Amino acid sequence: MTGLPAGGAAGKWKAIALVATLLLLGLFPFVGSGFYVELVAKIMILSIFALSLDLLVGYTGLVSFGHAAFFGIGAYALALMTPKYEAANLWLTLPAAMLAAALAAFAVGLFVVRVKGVYFIMVTLAFAQMFYFVFHDTKFGRGSDGISMNFKPVATIGSFTPFDLAKGSHVYYCVLVLLVAVFVFLHVVLRSSFGRALQGIRSNEHRMRSLGFPVYWYKLASFTLAGTIAGLAGYLSALQFGFVNPELLSWHQSGNVLLMLILGGVGSLYGAVVGAFAFVALTEIFQALTNHWQLLLGAAIILLVIFLPGGLASVAGRFRRTLVGEADDA
Amino acid sequence: MPEPNPPPEQTRSIGTILTTRDLTRRFGGLAAVNRVAIGIEFGKLHAVVGPNGAGKTTLINLLSGDLAASSGSVIYKGDDITRQAADRRSRIGIGRSYQKTNIFPAFTAFENCRLAAQSRTPRVLHLLADASSFQPVADAAQHALDAAGIGPRAARIASTLSHGEQRQLEIAMVLATRPEVLLLDEPLAGMGAEEAALMVELLHTLKPRHAILLVEHDMDAVFAVADVITVMVNGQVLESGPPAQIRASAAVRDAYLGADALGEPG
Repeated sequence: MTGLPAGGAAGKWKAIALVATLLLLGLFPFVGSGFYVELVAKIMILSIFALSLDLLVGYTGLVSFGHAAFFGIGAYALALMTPKYEAANLWLTLPAAMLAAALAAFAVGLFVVRVKGVYFIMVTLAFAQMFYFVFHDTKFGRGSDGISMNFKPVATIGSFTPFDLAKGSHVYYCVLVLLVAVFVFLHVVLRSSFGRALQGIRSNEHRMRSLGFPVYWYKLASFTLAGTIAGLAGYLSALQFGFVNPELLSWHQSGNVLLMLILGGVGSLYGAVVGAFAFVALTEIFQALTNHWQLLLGAAIILLVIFLPGGLASVAGRFRRTLVGEADDA
Repeated sequence: MPEPNPPPEQTRSIGTILTTRDLTRRFGGLAAVNRVAIGIEFGKLHAVVGPNGAGKTTLINLLSGDLAASSGSVIYKGDDITRQAADRRSRIGIGRSYQKTNIFPAFTAFENCRLAAQSRTPRVLHLLADASSFQPVADAAQHALDAAGIGPRAARIASTLSHGEQRQLEIAMVLATRPEVLLLDEPLAGMGAEEAALMVELLHTLKPRHAILLVEHDMDAVFAVADVITVMVNGQVLESGPPAQIRASAAVRDAYLGADALGEPG
């Protein structure tokens, strides 16, 4: 991964695939039933979550096993800011939730980005468990039952309300727009000087330091940015379901999002989105088949990792190389 | 040969700019570098030679900040930098190359150097601007590649370069950070004769505008470019002086150099 834009025919096919995917997602609410519209919106929220983790795992080389903490903080922020008898305002609560996740990620990051490798994995897990118990065991977090919101946030600006978040299709399009925005934002950031430095750190941290980069601050910035975007995903999840509980911050959730990346392909923005879709699709299919669906899911993931180590996003590249005979320079 | 990224005029220094006092690094009971005092002068090339295990690479690691000193101090332009981290030392003008090639293997040769040059103008807040669009950094990167003799290889993925070319890229990356002090750890190791000759020529052109510390086993190259030679044995300085003095030294001959290496007739 050079971080340089793919040129030529590969770039053209990527663009066509991207436009087709966007069209499909954009038109889906017109054909899909309410259940599936809600499911796809949920997957797109998880895609945003997976994209945020990919910034850490795939582009900075930091394998976090506690990323759900920031997802959960974003979700809880909405639940705690929603009054009992009226609706919260989207334009106030969304930035506030992202700010809460950003502050939490910054505070945690100050400590965790000092350590590397397996220690980083364990320390992020430990911090996430601390947050989990804050919401699980304190009055502030309302305990293991979580919080139900009586009202969805409203998008009112003055007397103008551009969309209605009580409608599933409106939520769907909001999530779609935010997914595209996050995707484009990360794509642009990864091309910037900051993004190139992160990829340098992933490739050879020692040399980056020797070249004069204050690696600690770059990692902390990446950790904070990833946590902020995870907070956005968590907020959207709470908005969609009107309910939060401590399981949103659990290590299962941190593990699931890592699995999405591994399925889709670490270090590829497409991979994060494809991985989220594949993970939820596999889960739904196996759950419909059997009560022991986790066994099947485990087996599927093992097979994918063995036969497609680059993840599902690498399939297009393999196809080009083997069938079209085109050199893959990315 | 194009001139490789001279440091800005106003920061150019005269005289000894990097010195060590009693510099020591112990690994367990072994003093790999033992009370070493050397000075590196601007406009001069100071070669450090000695048998394997003499502590040459450890000395470079102590100067660059890759390793922390056990005792003693490193002084740069009058400031004690003994406790400063490697990235900070790089930013104040001390650049180093590695004996074992230490590059970004999956990036292009150009991107390797562009990242190196970017460290001087980080632009961290320009989140929306493509890094490649910043011309001064791109120019500095290409300049460094040209100076190290691998300009035509800019677009190649670094891991696909030959071993010698990767050694040249290693040097180009240091040059792209526009250092005043160059710490070069066996830059000629693994280079072919042609590439080595080019590198010696490059060292000559770099000399007037840098303070250079060169660790090198190729004695022909050392005697061709060095103004001062320090011989290290067992972590200590055995002798230090101009090439003629080192050539004539009986102690050096006994401890390290054979008569052949000194280039004497017969």
